[in-house]
Amino acid sequence: MTLIDLANPTRFLALTARILPWLAAATVLLLAIGLYQAALAPDDYQQGATVKIMFIHVPNAWLSMFVWGVMSIASLGTLVWRHPLADVAAKAAAPIGAAFTFLALLTGSLWGRPMWGTYWEWDARLTSVLILFLMYLGLMALWRAVDDPSRAARAAAVLTLVGAINLPIIKFSVDWWNTLHQPASVMRMGGSALDKSFLIPLLVMAIAFTLLFVTLHLAAMRNEILRRRVRSLQMMQASRVAFSGDIGAGSRGQNASNEVGAA
Amino acid sequence: MSLGPYASFIVTSYAAAAVVVAILIGWIVLDHRNQTQRLRELEERGITRRSGRSAMDAP
Repeated sequence: MTLIDLANPTRFLALTARILPWLAAATVLLLAIGLYQAALAPDDYQQGATVKIMFIHVPNAWLSMFVWGVMSIASLGTLVWRHPLADVAAKAAAPIGAAFTFLALLTGSLWGRPMWGTYWEWDARLTSVLILFLMYLGLMALWRAVDDPSRAARAAAVLTLVGAINLPIIKFSVDWWNTLHQPASVMRMGGSALDKSFLIPLLVMAIAFTLLFVTLHLAAMRNEILRRRVRSLQMMQASRVAFSGDIGAGSRGQNASNEVGAA
Repeated sequence: MSLGPYASFIVTSYAAAAVVVAILIGWIVLDHRNQTQRLRELEERGITRRSGRSAMDAP
């Protein structure tokens, strides 16, 4: 099956039906391994056991940006290539991205209280992630506000691409401004600053959460395709009712004219 | 495994992640059930796709 074949929603549904159970199983397995390794990870010499929050906070923070990146590529697919599944992918990803961003903010806040002495600080990293969360909510509201999915898709695609400007701001906010948040310690020039005992569980959890996103995203895309089929069948039903109403009114009118003629 | 003096922050973080992921999974499963049910009802009323295939079909 080529990528072009997947442009056909029916083929896409067939593919998701085949691979979703395997993806779900792989996600559960990797999450179990990641959680087990996270539980066994040693305490940090400064942070103590609170370092365990990192294994849940960092994957969610990565995914909050990764999902917007996926939506941006899908938006290009809508605007440039008019791929039939592009806006389905973008719409289905938004609530999942919002959930991951919410978790990144919440777990970051819960990590910040014991380590920084505050749940929240209006610094560049935290504020730019909060803006990302609000943009997810705005995008979901936009999708719901416009009835016609193809019209909503174009507006949402433009908003998503404009919002993508926030991604490098989030990534480099810790370098560009003074912030309570620590600088990059995993993906940076010169290699990771984390010890292997923390890095390996973190990477396993990151892969597990990415698989979780792929699984949920494919399932949500399948739901969106079915929702659009419901909509088109309902419109077909409404047009049949209107058409039969017209025929009925027309034949009643003809009967009336016949009666007038008879009179 | 001892979680130290900040155990409540650690446990709340993991519990919140579990709850949010469970809500996401539940929402997607219920949505799928809902859309499938609506398609079935429409097809039972004789409303079918132009191709004649079931709207829930996957070849």
